[in-house]
Amino acid sequence: MTDMEYLALIAGMGLVTYLPRWIPIFFLARRKPPQILVEWLDLIPAAILSALLAPALFTSGAPRHFDITSPELLTALPTFLVAIMTRSLGGTVLAGMVFYWLIDKWV
Amino acid sequence: MAAGMKAAWPICLGYIPIGLALGVLAQKAGLTPLKIGLMSVFVFAGSAQFIAVSMLSSGIAAVSIILTTFVVNLRHLLMSSSLAVFFTGENRLKLTLFAYGITDESFAVNLARLREQSPDRPWDLNRSIALNQTANLVWIISTAAGGYGGQFIPEKAFGIDYALIAMFICLLIYQLRARIHIVTALITALFALILSLVLPGNGYIVPASVLGATVGLILKRRIGSEAA
Repeated sequence: MTDMEYLALIAGMGLVTYLPRWIPIFFLARRKPPQILVEWLDLIPAAILSALLAPALFTSGAPRHFDITSPELLTALPTFLVAIMTRSLGGTVLAGMVFYWLIDKWV
Repeated sequence: MAAGMKAAWPICLGYIPIGLALGVLAQKAGLTPLKIGLMSVFVFAGSAQFIAVSMLSSGIAAVSIILTTFVVNLRHLLMSSSLAVFFTGENRLKLTLFAYGITDESFAVNLARLREQSPDRPWDLNRSIALNQTANLVWIISTAAGGYGGQFIPEKAFGIDYALIAMFICLLIYQLRARIHIVTALITALFALILSLVLPGNGYIVPASVLGATVGLILKRRIGSEAA
């Protein structure tokens, strides 16, 4: 692949990445969307975060298989507790890292 | 500006090891640090870049790589839509700049900040842009640096690989504001688990989130306001 071909590739990748990020916010922010869409969008963040987390905690390997013995899941238990009790993002991140490090060492 | 940059630190902490790892892989695929950094400037999307690098090293055609990138990053449609509610009537140039930095991580942190904003914890579009650009800068530098010798960083150092998972755990807790959010999260987790076992990569995120949120909305409307 020549340098020009590489530039064309990343420009194409950039465009198809940017448009889905730009179109909704640019057009939906013009006026208030219908109530049912607002209610649906209110549930989307909880859904996305849960969708990002569940496979990271309950599966491992590639291709993935179900696994409830991973250090990621074990670490998640105290990390969830810290998040619920402190509601501190930085505190949870640091605590999660320490738990993961300890669990990786000793379990 | 400073507040936005400060709020980005948990994201940056998570981006550094991932960015370095991407840089190492990209270098093995024959990309120079400059080319790796340029890709991060143009694309700024971790998982899509990992996939692109592995496709590049197996000599797959550019059109296929671009199509795959599109599918992998479609989930940002949902995130951008959720954020739009907070920016009604905002300056469109700023929105255009902000949109460039919407990632899984910046979306979740900005959303939590926007929702919890108060006079002593203010948050707005300018701060959101500062947060996005800080995370973006750290990402670009980490990926390019990885191309110079990220392989010398020991794996699993200080549990840093868990930074983003821990961040998502806390951000999920922020989102569980009423019973309907907990129900939606549980339903979506189930969909995501099942779909992640049959779909490759992160292709499960969009269908699982859309299904989960839709079932959640149907339940909410059926049961009425008492459950919400």
